[in-house]
Amino acid sequence: MPNTLLNSMRSSNFAFAWMLLLPAMVLLSCFTYFPAFSAFYNSLFATDFSGARHFALQDNLLDLYYDPVFWRALTNNLWYALITVPASMILALVMALWVNEKFLGRSLLRLSFFLPTMLPMVAAANIWMFFYSPNIGLFNRVLAVFGIQGANWLGDPSTALWATMLLAIWKEAGFFMIFYLAALQAIPSELNDAARLEAPGYFYRLRRFILPLLGPTTLFVFINAVIHAFKVVDHLFILTKGGPNNASTLLLYYIYETAFAFFDAGYAAILTMVLLLLLGLCSAIQFALSHKRVHYR
Amino acid sequence: MSMLTAIPNTASASGANTALSIMRLSNITAAWILGFLWVLPLLYMLWAAFHTGSDAIYFDLSAPWSLDNFRHAWEMAPFVRYLFNTFAMVTLLLSLQITVCTLAAFALARVEFRGRQWVFAFVLLQMMVMPEALITENYQMVARFNAIDTYWGIALPYVASAFGIFLLRQAFMQVPQELEDAARVEGLSRLGVLLKVYVPLAKPTYLAYALVSLSHHWNNFLWPLVITNTTDSRPITVGLALFGSPEVGVDWGVLSAGTLIAIAPLLAMFLLFQRQFMQSFMNAGLK
Repeated sequence: MPNTLLNSMRSSNFAFAWMLLLPAMVLLSCFTYFPAFSAFYNSLFATDFSGARHFALQDNLLDLYYDPVFWRALTNNLWYALITVPASMILALVMALWVNEKFLGRSLLRLSFFLPTMLPMVAAANIWMFFYSPNIGLFNRVLAVFGIQGANWLGDPSTALWATMLLAIWKEAGFFMIFYLAALQAIPSELNDAARLEAPGYFYRLRRFILPLLGPTTLFVFINAVIHAFKVVDHLFILTKGGPNNASTLLLYYIYETAFAFFDAGYAAILTMVLLLLLGLCSAIQFALSHKRVHYR
Repeated sequence: MSMLTAIPNTASASGANTALSIMRLSNITAAWILGFLWVLPLLYMLWAAFHTGSDAIYFDLSAPWSLDNFRHAWEMAPFVRYLFNTFAMVTLLLSLQITVCTLAAFALARVEFRGRQWVFAFVLLQMMVMPEALITENYQMVARFNAIDTYWGIALPYVASAFGIFLLRQAFMQVPQELEDAARVEGLSRLGVLLKVYVPLAKPTYLAYALVSLSHHWNNFLWPLVITNTTDSRPITVGLALFGSPEVGVDWGVLSAGTLIAIAPLLAMFLLFQRQFMQSFMNAGLK
């Protein structure tokens, strides 16, 4: 008797749970699982002229291999991540340490750092577009004051990618600052006082006490920063359109171009798989690290 | 502090104190310089929006202030329509997100069923396989639903938000089981318990999630660019990008004014509810 009761409760639980999950699962299937699977499938197979499907992974990989724009986008994106991630993280940490101190006007300063985060990337790019412009741009005019010849920052292949990076760092640092600030404020004050007594030197305390406590936050911010480096390409639409000559193109921007400017959905699917693999790698790293070194509460 | 330990160190302590305060002072100065650099682009845009294009370029601080740029910008693009579209789309999306995520999070937090861990893991997959990466495939999917160039088309891929489900599940799990049991004894149904016990107790999480989601989707650009093609549904970010494109050829002053119109509503909201916004981002990050 109690056994059947338990069984019926279990099955009613099962039905109830799936009723609650149904809307989310349907939507996830339509806009996450099926599209991801479809990208995977389309990168394995190709349709030939007669309309028949055949296995074409090798051909597709060769297409990638011989596509210089793909390699350009990939290396650009890796450089982009390699520079913007540490730069915005270090700035974020420094900002957070600053605005965690008590002084007059602290909240104004905190606001200044955070404000760029609240702008759409497109609006931020509009502002920076003017700074970078060759003749009338603010950068070149400031440089001219010091007698330095400016550059065509966005029009020169050697500087275009750097120009987009600088904007990204300006935009993101304040966002990551918030997470460091939250972590700093979560450190109990008794612990802080104890550390102050033990080690009066600020930098010693920072290195041996504060930074280790920020470990989980650093991992969280790091993963988020890397993901941002691969998924935020809005500014390219305004600043460079990936140019000149693909010098500043990024993977997701190239996917957009392939699908919606060159109308090659098949190749876009292969590029999408590359992006998904990179994002998957990020998650794997996060998983491995969060289970190993960085302790969670 | 006891006198005995304090006395022998007076001389060296005061020396250390001056060194410390000098360090502190230079530290704070550096902070303010960086802070000033950080808002400088925004201040400059604000100033340029009220000056003619050529005055803005030559940074003539004595130039007269005028509202002409705003009038031009206003006439050149349907900003009201764009802003309305953004507002309508974000409202639709947020109400769908909250409904769908509440139901799913409750099942994952408080209903025992087989395979729950697996379902949760599959939901979290969306944090990695994000809608941004799937624009090509999702475009085809939205086309199947005949929802291209509609608010629904912009909103749908983001409705089942893994992040929202994760946050709400976390909040629901902190509600003491005894509260649920007591409410059940009182005769509430299971859905009643969700609505009358869990949802009210998770209010701070709802606020945090709503503000984070709101600011993300208000500013979202790539997907709306892909999925909209007329003024009927185009949100402000896409409208602003069109307005600033070289083909339109607006000058720097008008572009600044347009940008300012575009960012004003969200920025005003942020400045008014600064604390809540920042607190929300902090809470969302700590979980």
